[in-house]
Amino acid sequence: MVKYNHVIIEVNNLVKRFKDFAAVDSISFGVEAGEVFAFLGPNGAGKSTTIKMLITLLKPTSGTATIGGYDIVRNPSDVRNVIGYVPQMISVDGTLTATENLMLMARLYDIPVRERAIRVKEMLSFLKLEEHANALVRTFSGGMIRKMEVGQAMVHRPKALLLDEPTTGLDPIARQSVWEHLLDLRNRFGTTIFFSTHNMEEADEVSDRVAIMNRGKIAAIGTAEELKTKAGKQGATLEDAFIFLTGNKLQEAAGNFREIRRTRQNERRLG
Amino acid sequence: MIRYLSATFKKSYILAEMETRKLLHDPTELISRAVQPILWLGIFGEALSKVRAIPTGGLTYLQFITPGILTQSVVFVAIFYGLYIIMDRDTGILQKLLVTPTPRLALVWGKMISAGLRGLSQALIVFIFALILGIPLVITVWSVAGVIVIVMLGAGFFTGLSMIIASIVKTRERFMGIGQVITLPLFFASNAIYPVSIMPGWLQVVATVNPLSYMVDGLRTLMLPGVAGGGVGFDILVLAVVTLLISMLSAWFYPKVVM
Repeated sequence: MVKYNHVIIEVNNLVKRFKDFAAVDSISFGVEAGEVFAFLGPNGAGKSTTIKMLITLLKPTSGTATIGGYDIVRNPSDVRNVIGYVPQMISVDGTLTATENLMLMARLYDIPVRERAIRVKEMLSFLKLEEHANALVRTFSGGMIRKMEVGQAMVHRPKALLLDEPTTGLDPIARQSVWEHLLDLRNRFGTTIFFSTHNMEEADEVSDRVAIMNRGKIAAIGTAEELKTKAGKQGATLEDAFIFLTGNKLQEAAGNFREIRRTRQNERRLG
Repeated sequence: MIRYLSATFKKSYILAEMETRKLLHDPTELISRAVQPILWLGIFGEALSKVRAIPTGGLTYLQFITPGILTQSVVFVAIFYGLYIIMDRDTGILQKLLVTPTPRLALVWGKMISAGLRGLSQALIVFIFALILGIPLVITVWSVAGVIVIVMLGAGFFTGLSMIIASIVKTRERFMGIGQVITLPLFFASNAIYPVSIMPGWLQVVATVNPLSYMVDGLRTLMLPGVAGGGVGFDILVLAVVTLLISMLSAWFYPKVVM
């Protein structure tokens, strides 16, 4: 049951091991309802693995997590109904129209017949995509595609939206437009926004709180200002804080061939 | 259990409908797929019918192979259907679907149904072309209904098989390689273009366990006048059972998480 009304995501000593390697090494944190929470770290830090556990696709080795009071291991289907997920890779279908893509999600999430069309229409107007309602999504720009993906993850009005690297590969204008919509969602519906990123400025600008993750562990959690103060020098940036707290540069961990290929493909498609 | 089944049926239908919409947005594939069966019937069939070396039990050779060519064109569409899983996996579509409350069996059935519908479009082309060539076929409500059932089940079986292969090999290159390797043996080790009776003993065994043979047998009995095959009911039963089994196996192999 719900322990605290205001905590929407609660993670306790969560561990994920792949053979000998601890991708996620006993992390604990809480995210409050309506918060914009950044999960900041380099590739391979364990951000994606943590998200995969939270969205119930990956079973933790040990530890627990709850979303909206539901346990991710014991009540995965309840968890799925209260979350929306936007993967890093393109998750709209380019060969369907904007309306069809949204309608598909509305139907898979069992939105009642009478409400579906209304929700899809509302979402299109919210995303300012009404004019493109019946255009195939493959004709869209990178920013429009990301907005569509957010829309798909929101048709069932989840309490928490989890996004994996939502703006990787987007140009600055598209990035700004995507964040305007995400923050608007939070303000209108109180949707909690949990996102992973390796972009310091992004974490700094949009989030209420930041968790710095490195090598499977959380190095620090706090507001961007709090973290900067920890770096202990005048005019410190979040990057300084990151280096101070982890002893690492953000760019150091390179990721494997597969990850890089994916990121590049994504950049090209969204570009 | 009942709730699970009704959710599975409902979601399968939704996914199949979306696949069909994709096809309608860009129907060029349907047209290009029509070329192969037309070549087989129009060239291979016409040429071999002059030879008269294959015992066809009182049928013309063109009549004999029409159900075989229909089966082949349906199976060749289905056997590459696993490619869609690999494509969805390489993008984020599969991940997004896995997070929705959709049973995995529905993800499999959705693809099976949509492959079946593509198979039906192939059947229509083969029927039309056969009539143009003047090949006498039986066309009644019952025969057409039977053809629809067999095409849907057969397409479903080979789609399931294809999805299992795709789930195991994971990359497009490996999948295409395996697909190429198994299609022709499947076709030749069946009764599609010659009767089982002229095969060597070991191949007869293979042909008897090859679900493709049951498709051909059922279609031949339904489509051609005066053919008594192994019994359409038996063919449909065999296909229904193997298709159901492979769909469950395919759901079990279906990617659980994409890293």
